[in-house]
Amino acid sequence: MHESPLTFGGYRYLWVALALSGLALIAYVVHTPLGAPPNGGTWLGYSLGTLGALLILWLLWFGIRKRRYGRGIGTLRGWLSAHVYLGTALILIGLLHSGFQFGWNVHTLALVLMLAVIFSGFFGVFAYLRYPALMTRNRENATRDAMLEEITELDQNSLMLADAVDPKIHAIVLRSISRTVLGGGVWAQLNSHDGSAAALESLRAAAKERDKGAASKKGDSGKTMVMMVDFLAGQASTDKQSEALRKLIDLLSRKKTLAERVARDIQLQALMEIWLYIHVPLSVALLGALTAHIVVVLFYW
Amino acid sequence: MAERYRIAVVGSGPGGLSAAARAAERGIPHVLLEAEQNLSNTIYRYQKGKHVMDEPGILPLRSPVPFKAGSREEILGAWDDGAARLKINVRHGAEVTAIKKQPEGHFVINFSGGSVEADAVVMGIGLQGNIRKLGVPGEDLPFVQYQLDDPEEYSGETIVVIGAGDAAIENAIALSKQNEVIIVNRRDEFARAKQGNLDGILKAIEDGTIQCFYGAGPDKVEALSVGRKPGRLTLSTSKGRAQIMVDRIIGRLGATAPRGFVESCGVKFPNKDPASVPAISSQYESNVPGLYIVGALGGYPLIKQAMNQGYEVVEYIMGDKVEPADEPLLRAKCDGMPGFTNVEAALKRIQDNVRLLSHITPLQLREFMLDSDIRTPKPGQPVFERNDYTNSFYCIVEGTVEVEINPETKQRISLGKGEFFGEMSLISGRRRSATVFAGQNVVLVETPRRSMNKLINSVGAVKRDIDLVFITRAIQQRFAPSTRAADLADIVADAEIKRFQADEVLFSEGDEGDSLHLVRIGSLTISRTIGGKEIVLSYVPAGNYVGEMALLGDSKRSATARAAVTTETIRLSAESFKKLLARDPSLRLRLQGEYRLRTAANLAMQSAGSGGDVISFLMQQGVGEATDVLLIDESLCVRCDNCEKACAETHGGTSRLDREAGPTFASVHVPTSCRHCEHPHCMKDCPPDAIRRAPDGEVFIGDNCIGCGNCERNCPYGVIHMSGKKGKKPGLLSWLMFGAGTGPGEAPYAKDGKASEKKAVKCDMCKGISGGPACVRSCPTGAAIRISPEDLISYAQARR
Repeated sequence: MHESPLTFGGYRYLWVALALSGLALIAYVVHTPLGAPPNGGTWLGYSLGTLGALLILWLLWFGIRKRRYGRGIGTLRGWLSAHVYLGTALILIGLLHSGFQFGWNVHTLALVLMLAVIFSGFFGVFAYLRYPALMTRNRENATRDAMLEEITELDQNSLMLADAVDPKIHAIVLRSISRTVLGGGVWAQLNSHDGSAAALESLRAAAKERDKGAASKKGDSGKTMVMMVDFLAGQASTDKQSEALRKLIDLLSRKKTLAERVARDIQLQALMEIWLYIHVPLSVALLGALTAHIVVVLFYW
Repeated sequence: MAERYRIAVVGSGPGGLSAAARAAERGIPHVLLEAEQNLSNTIYRYQKGKHVMDEPGILPLRSPVPFKAGSREEILGAWDDGAARLKINVRHGAEVTAIKKQPEGHFVINFSGGSVEADAVVMGIGLQGNIRKLGVPGEDLPFVQYQLDDPEEYSGETIVVIGAGDAAIENAIALSKQNEVIIVNRRDEFARAKQGNLDGILKAIEDGTIQCFYGAGPDKVEALSVGRKPGRLTLSTSKGRAQIMVDRIIGRLGATAPRGFVESCGVKFPNKDPASVPAISSQYESNVPGLYIVGALGGYPLIKQAMNQGYEVVEYIMGDKVEPADEPLLRAKCDGMPGFTNVEAALKRIQDNVRLLSHITPLQLREFMLDSDIRTPKPGQPVFERNDYTNSFYCIVEGTVEVEINPETKQRISLGKGEFFGEMSLISGRRRSATVFAGQNVVLVETPRRSMNKLINSVGAVKRDIDLVFITRAIQQRFAPSTRAADLADIVADAEIKRFQADEVLFSEGDEGDSLHLVRIGSLTISRTIGGKEIVLSYVPAGNYVGEMALLGDSKRSATARAAVTTETIRLSAESFKKLLARDPSLRLRLQGEYRLRTAANLAMQSAGSGGDVISFLMQQGVGEATDVLLIDESLCVRCDNCEKACAETHGGTSRLDREAGPTFASVHVPTSCRHCEHPHCMKDCPPDAIRRAPDGEVFIGDNCIGCGNCERNCPYGVIHMSGKKGKKPGLLSWLMFGAGTGPGEAPYAKDGKASEKKAVKCDMCKGISGGPACVRSCPTGAAIRISPEDLISYAQARR
């Protein structure tokens, strides 16, 4: 059965993380260093530091393990479960290792980077728990490609209809098509914006105007050439055009719904991915800071 | 007076061409009659540049004309050269209309444009049949064609497509991208088309990209010497005549199946089954003396087989003995038999001992044995184990085997010489129901599923024998384990095999109970109408029974049983069932015990609410015939596509699964991925028999795939596609560190691979990779799981 990484194996790694944190905490409370506040230089400090460094390396290994398909022990969701829980436990281990001593130095930089990585990971967990269901609901059983295809088709059909109404409407529809932009840069993706609404508004206005025009036409004495044609063709042609216009509005409304849905889909997908662009580079930076921290401590202390 | 030849060969396909070539080589007076202007029309009609493979690799080629795997052009070129070199007497444009045996013993062959006489006729006309032409004046004008290789070739033309089948629709849609296309349909709707094509054409007509004439047919085609268009097509429509100026006319009117013609020559078919082939002797002679059949028409669809037969048949006609090409292969197979002397004696021994195989011709037996294996397991060694997913069929030539019918009590029954086993899994497509151990000095013939099914479908007596034993054993296993088979004869005689289409109802809630059904193929759903809504309570796979409770209690049906997929059941009447109950008093108690468990499960399901809807949904997706299906919980799936990447990475750079495609219901998503059906549709028509089922149930495609694409077309779930050779990618670290290559996932095609050299690929459930399917293992969030339908009920309950 489906099992989320949080509940994996009956919360196996939650218990491991809790046990690890508990032990670290007890050791920290029991241990009283000689002549100084708790710090990284005591035996406990070194132990916690080693444990933390190993944990960081192991957590970084997840990026490799994720791509070692068909190899490696266990399932990926087991690894992710452990990654989340042990990563969380690292907050405590890191803080205890520091003995809550902070400063403007490379050591605290490593700590801050570590916390940033972990908290960006928390957003990831949140995103993974929340957005998948929203995405399914938003899609209503269609794939993104199918929706995009339908949009293209609606565009074509609306152009054809607009052709039958008049050039002004045609121009409006054409502009709306060129303005509908889905996806794009990071900001556009996260923003969930599509340009399909404006055209609909101007179309609605055009339809209203036309209806008004048709009503007022009877009393109009100054007949231009165009209106002559309208008049000669009789009421039928305007009716037909109004009908086409109404159809056009229906098409564009449907398109608007779809475009919004696709934009939302892209947004949700982006939300599920964007945090990785913080999480991963920061963790690489953390690796650098950690190396510096260790080198400095071992060789220059 | 017509010309007289020793041998007339009808059809210049691989078999016919090879026969004519051999006759020419030996200087025998011969004629090769070919309806078209080119040799080997079936292969000629292949798409340009198509790679043709030369399976089976183990079989040596024996023909004066060469053949090895290569492009369509290379092969046709080599054959044309061979025909010219050997001076084969070919008559092109000779469509044979009749072959009549004369009282004097020779044949008169009539064809378009003349007739010839011959002492012997070799028929190698294949199964494709003759293409139906327009049947009106001008049907052969240069701008009228009956095939379309590459729709991209034409642009800016006015093209009329005539026909309403899938081929016509596919051509019309493909051409309409850059041409003006008109489709002419003789009827008022596109009734024969597949749903996808139907939707496509109706939409194209509605959008105006294709113009359609319904209820119309061609009247005549004329060539024009002036004007911009080379031709004019006159149509008669329901509203009168219409004339269209055309650049091109494409006729896609299908082909006439060759069977009618073959029968008109006096050749008999064993039954009405369209898959059946005429019976031929070991020398390829049909029931009409002097009329020989080679190649696909005789049931040998592979090019190399047909070419060998063409060579051999000429030798046989000339009265020469020739060791069949398969002789060394059969010798290698049979020499493991104790007391082996020669192939013929060994085959006779098999046929004498096994009654089931006495129904078939010597040639059929050779073919059968070529696919089969002789097994001589040591006493006590298991032949197969309970719950294995194998589906081969075993005949006992000598010795005995022990069948462990009850794994708890270790109760065994013994089967002796001439009997067979393994038919349960063969027919139901499910796991082995019992472990079979070898007895003393046992000699078995193991036959793969396809060869056995071919035999069952072509020889009625074999089917009858197997069905009878199947029914007996099924009843014995379920209701009367301690009764001897002979004592069940009256009940077996009364039982009947019933066939139900998907969604057909076996019986409805509230009906009078008059029978019970043992599911033999397929599966059922059990549902009840609660509050005006049908709720599925359970799923009954093959090997189980339904409907016994109404018989035990003489009451009405408490639920509706409905076929989930095409299903076959053994129907036992109430009388027969009561006889069984009377014979074994403990049976009633046992059945009541099982019934109580089932009712409890049903009640749990009833209260599960939406769980039943999930089952209904999955059944609609064809999960009823699956043995293992990939499901994704979309509330957990983060759309990272790591499953697809894992699939591609573990399978030579091609993913066999499409995560996004496929329907979703209540967050349960059924992606486009193989379900490993009980009776895989893909296996139906695989010329080299490359699709097999592994003991653990994985349906996989072997390396001997010839890339014909039949499986891709036959799979109703669209999970098979054709893929070429993929390039090698740089290692993971060089991608991670230096951005080399495309990273994990689908690999680009190899530079040295040919575009046409594609083979079919599908999920093999990561057979051979320890740790289970890579898609499931590499899902970071646990959204992807694979389950078998037996677990559906608990799955549905867990999801309410």
